[in-house]
Amino acid sequence: MTPTTLEAMAASVPDGALVAMPPDNSLPSIALAKALVRRGARNLRLLGVPVAGFAADMLIGAGCVAEIETSAVSLGEAGFAPRFSAAVKAGTLRVRDCTCPAVHTMLQAAEKGVPFMPLRGLIGSDILAHRPDWKVIPNPYAEAGEDPIVLLPALQPDVAIFHAVMADAEGNVWLGRRRECATIAHASGRALVTVERVVPGNFLEDERLAPGTINATYVTEVAIAERGAQPVALLDEYGFDAAYVADYARMAKTEAGFAEWLAREVFSDRAAAAE
Amino acid sequence: MSDVKLEERLAAALARLILDPGTPPARHIAVGAASPLPAAACWLVRKLGHPVRLSLLHKRSGNPFTEGTRELFDLTGQGRIDLFFLGGGQIDGQANLNLVGTGEWPGRDVRFPGSFGSAFMYVMAHRTILFREEHSPRVLVEKVDNVSAPGVNPPGVFRRGHAQALVTGRCVFHFHPDRARFSLLSLHPGETVESIRAATGFEFDIPAEVPQTPDPTPEELALLRGPVCDEMLETYPEFCARVFNRKAAA
Repeated sequence: MTPTTLEAMAASVPDGALVAMPPDNSLPSIALAKALVRRGARNLRLLGVPVAGFAADMLIGAGCVAEIETSAVSLGEAGFAPRFSAAVKAGTLRVRDCTCPAVHTMLQAAEKGVPFMPLRGLIGSDILAHRPDWKVIPNPYAEAGEDPIVLLPALQPDVAIFHAVMADAEGNVWLGRRRECATIAHASGRALVTVERVVPGNFLEDERLAPGTINATYVTEVAIAERGAQPVALLDEYGFDAAYVADYARMAKTEAGFAEWLAREVFSDRAAAAE
Repeated sequence: MSDVKLEERLAAALARLILDPGTPPARHIAVGAASPLPAAACWLVRKLGHPVRLSLLHKRSGNPFTEGTRELFDLTGQGRIDLFFLGGGQIDGQANLNLVGTGEWPGRDVRFPGSFGSAFMYVMAHRTILFREEHSPRVLVEKVDNVSAPGVNPPGVFRRGHAQALVTGRCVFHFHPDRARFSLLSLHPGETVESIRAATGFEFDIPAEVPQTPDPTPEELALLRGPVCDEMLETYPEFCARVFNRKAAA
């Protein structure tokens, strides 16, 4: 396995692609999100699995995103996502509101190659009322009564992007227990994974590493991006940089402040050299 | 006991609701990221010696789920989560929750972060305790602008549980799913039925006698400030610093 570069990886994500990414507590690739901003990606459709955070807010603010499907967008303790909120208010972003288990279920249907899967709940929620692609049918196995239940269509993202701890010589990647990333990789057409490092050997030969590994079958490209999840935490490797996110939340309150932040943290030579 | 912080009183009130003998037993409770007070209440129940399993969804070390966050919803779908906590940007008199935003869908006036798992968890957990510290007419409204998760469903729609209660910074309400209405359960110190009525946008039932929300016992306070805070430091550092004046080791 030969790693690609971060910028080449970003260049391989076409404008308009449906891009699935995990939230801040589950290994997003902030490095790749910044590279997508630098390449000037446009009209991306983001899927938050099952919610979205810092990376999504930055991509929305930079004008890369036409639509987001997610159960929430939040900066956690730093508060509401400022560029997302501004875009919703301005009406410049299509939002397909979801609920967490529905995102997982639609991806699991894609994993299995079946056209839909049912999910309990949702009936009586305005989320359902605004999703013409979700259908309610009587449970065909009900013993009595109609027992209405919601059907969700399979959802196959064009691209999955996330950050893992390491890749091996075979192109397997290891990220421990954050298995929602495996679900995204299984369900998506391509999986682009940034890692802290590449190591010799094969994780699948090691009983202790194998359960936290995503098989290279599902991994399209690997790029090395040291501290590629920062400012969010990476398992037991490094912690969440609350001060960095709080600074972002403050600056991104205004369009001008966000532009200044982007220039400093994404476009400057210093920022590019750090990735 | 004037040195009791409001957060400590609320944690103790939540713990009493968790242990309410009139409800299904809380053997397994799940707590989300934005819920430090419910988490404190759950830890208090544990430290009081009750054998409850706590799944803290955002715990970085020792996270309970090894198959990803879908495990929470799969467990809840099976009926293996006894109790969950939810809040809302708006909560109405029928216990409908709005986590999406105000104004036209999807929150063109004020957009909130989003519905998270509420549209599923509220229906499929055995019971839900609603918690929202701000108790004002803008939060507790007659009718939510948008329904993230419904308080009740018509007969014939599968639903495992409902809201048990709503705890705010001013009082505790009990919820009655059979008539889709709240009743006043207890008042925090300094509140009256009239002050609650003035701060609440929905109508609710008022029993003849409304007691005061009890103070935490000395044992509860000692547990909250000591072992409960110890458990919470990693996941909720800002909360522990603010309420218990404790900082995580660097």
